[in-house]
Amino acid sequence: MITLNNIHKSYEMGSSKLHVLKGIDLTIDKGEFVSIMGSSGSGKSTLLNILGMLDNYDQGTYHLNGMHIVDMSEKKAAKLRNELVGFVFQSFNLISFKNAMENVALPLYYKGVKRRKRNMLAMEYLDKLGLKEWAHHMPNELSGGQKQRIAIARALISKPQVIFADEPTGALDTSTSYEVMEIMKEINNEGITVILVTHEHDIAAMTQKIIRLKDGQIDQIIRNGDLSEFRYKYSKELQTA
Amino acid sequence: MFDVDIWQEILATIKKNKMRTFLTGFSVAWGIFMLMVLLGSGNGLSNGVSENFKNQAVNAMWIWTGETSMPYDGLKEGRPIQFHNDDHTLLKNMKGVGAVSGRFWMGNTNLTYQGEYGQYTVMSCHPDLLEVEQYEIIEGRFINEVDIRQRRKSVVIGKDIYDALFNDKDAIGEYLKINNIPFKVVGVYTEPGSTRNRTANVPVTTAQTVFNGSNRIHNFAITNEGKTLTETKAIQENIKNTFARKHRFDPKDDNAVGMFNMMEAYLETQKIFNAIEIFIWIIGVFTLIAGIIGVSNIMLIVVKERTKEIGIRKAIGASPRSVIGLVLLESIMITTIAGYIGLVLGTGIMEVINLFVEKSYEASAATNSGRGETLFRNPTVDIGVAAMSTLLLVISGTLAGYIPAKKAARIRPIEALRDE
Repeated sequence: MITLNNIHKSYEMGSSKLHVLKGIDLTIDKGEFVSIMGSSGSGKSTLLNILGMLDNYDQGTYHLNGMHIVDMSEKKAAKLRNELVGFVFQSFNLISFKNAMENVALPLYYKGVKRRKRNMLAMEYLDKLGLKEWAHHMPNELSGGQKQRIAIARALISKPQVIFADEPTGALDTSTSYEVMEIMKEINNEGITVILVTHEHDIAAMTQKIIRLKDGQIDQIIRNGDLSEFRYKYSKELQTA
Repeated sequence: MFDVDIWQEILATIKKNKMRTFLTGFSVAWGIFMLMVLLGSGNGLSNGVSENFKNQAVNAMWIWTGETSMPYDGLKEGRPIQFHNDDHTLLKNMKGVGAVSGRFWMGNTNLTYQGEYGQYTVMSCHPDLLEVEQYEIIEGRFINEVDIRQRRKSVVIGKDIYDALFNDKDAIGEYLKINNIPFKVVGVYTEPGSTRNRTANVPVTTAQTVFNGSNRIHNFAITNEGKTLTETKAIQENIKNTFARKHRFDPKDDNAVGMFNMMEAYLETQKIFNAIEIFIWIIGVFTLIAGIIGVSNIMLIVVKERTKEIGIRKAIGASPRSVIGLVLLESIMITTIAGYIGLVLGTGIMEVINLFVEKSYEASAATNSGRGETLFRNPTVDIGVAAMSTLLLVISGTLAGYIPAKKAARIRPIEALRDE
C-alpha cells in the first residue's frame, strides 16, 4: 500500500537548513493500523504530510497504492487527496460557517457529486457516527468529541483507502479520546488503512504497529499484535489455573 | 464552475460577513453612482445649451455692413458700405449658400390694431428668413414670394404682439397699422428658445417702398451648406471676398462687412461640452478605480482570513482552479451587484431631477408663450453608457479579484493547517 524508500526532507529556515527526515524506509500494508510516535521535532508530522501528499519530499521514492508520487501538479495532488485519502486533524479543521452535514459533504462537492445525493450520503455517515440529530448544528455548537467525529465522517465520506490522522485525540479528554479510537478501530476493521500520529502511549498502544521516530530516522518498530496475543495467552493461562 | 453550489458557497461567505461585504460594495456603488450623476449632469447641461441653439439654424450666418477702416484701391478709409437688392441676388447665386434673406430694419415702430397699440420692432425680410431663424408658425403662413414680388402689405407678427394687440381674437386677415399704414396679418410665429417674440416681419420689397428705402438692404441672414467648420469658413471667406471686390474694400477689413458664423459658435460650445464629458469620465472612472482597489483590498484580507479554510478545502480535494473561482466569483458578485445598485440609484436620481427640470421648464414655458428658458435639459444617461458601465463592472470585479484569487490558489495546505 505504502512504500517509502530513503525519504529525505529538509526545510529552509532562513539561512540555515533544517534536515527533518534523514532517510526513511517504510512499508505499510493495506488494512494496517499504524501509529507514528516520537518526541516533538522528530519529524512525525512531516512524515504524515508527505504520506498525505500535502507536502513534497527532496529525495527518495514514495509509492502509494502502486503509484509513484513525485512532482505532482497541485491539481493532480488535489484529485488524489480527494479520491485516495482522508484527513483527521488535532484541531478538527471544520469550516465554521457550514453546519455538520455541509462539512461532511464537502469532499463530495469537489468530487462533483450532486447536492441532494451528497447531503444524503453525509446524513448516512453522520448516522453511522451517532450524530444524526446534530446534522444541522454549526461546529461551534458542538463538543470536541462531536467535532472530531464529524471530521472523521468527512474523512470517510469519499471512501478513502487510507485515513491520516494527525494527533486526532490531542485536543480531547481521555474518555472522548478512547471513543474516537474505538471509531478508528472500527474503520480499520472495515479494511481501511489508518495511520495516526500521536505522542500518547495509551493511544499508540491501541494500534497494531508503532513506528518510533527519533531525529528524522526510524528508531524502532513495535508490533503491538504480538503483545496482545501474549496478553491473551497469559490471561487464558491465568483462567485455567 | 457556474453551478448552484459555488453560488451557495459564496452566499454563505457573504452572509457571514455582512458588514464587510456592505462596505466593500458601497465603495463600488458610490463610484458608479457618482459616474452616473456626473454624466447625467453633463448631458443635462449639454442638452440645455443645445436647446438654446435651436432658435437659429446651426449653419446660419449673419452679414452686416459698416465703414471701411483701411484705405483700398485709392479710396479713403471711413467710407460707409451699403448693401442693395443686387447683393441679395449675388448671395443667392453664390456656391455653398442656402437660404438668403435680406433685411431692412425699421427700428421701433408704432403698431396699432383698433384701440390697442404698442411699440415694436419691424423687420423686413425675404421668405428664406423662416429657415434661417427657425421660426415656428403658430397660425397662418410666413412671408412668401408673392408678397415680395407684388410688394404686398402683409405682416407676420410675433406671439407677444398678437397677445398684446389681439387679445385672443382671430388675427389672420385683420389689418394692423404700422406707422399708420395698414398691413394685413398673414401669420403669427414664435422663435424657439427665445422669450421675446416682439418683432413683426414684413416683405423687404414692401418695406423699401413704403418706408422710403429704395433698394437698400441693411443686413443679410443666410444659411450655408458647409458641413464642417472648414467648409463654412471657406464659404464665409468667399462671401467676404466677393463683397470686397464688389464694394471695393480690403478683404482683410473686418469693419467694412461684419459676419457672424453660427457654426463657429456652435462648434466652440460643442468642444467645451466634449471636454466636459471627457473630464467627467476621467473623474468617474477614477472614483470607480478607487472603489475597485477597495474591493481588491478587502478580498486580500478575506483571503488572509480564510487561509485556514482554503487550506482545509485543498486538503480534502479542492483544486487551485476551484479556489480561484471561489474568490473571483465573490469579487465579481460584490462589484456587479453593488455597481448595479449604484447604477440604478444614479440613473434613478437623474430621472427624478429630470422630472423637476421638466416641471420648471413647463412652468417657464407657460409664462413665455410655449417656450421655456433653461440651461439644463434631460439630464439622463443613455442605455448604451449604462450597458457599458455594467460591462466595466464585471471586468473590474475580475481585476479586483484576480490578485487575491491568485494568492489564495498559492496557499499551501500544510502551512494553512499548521496549528498555532
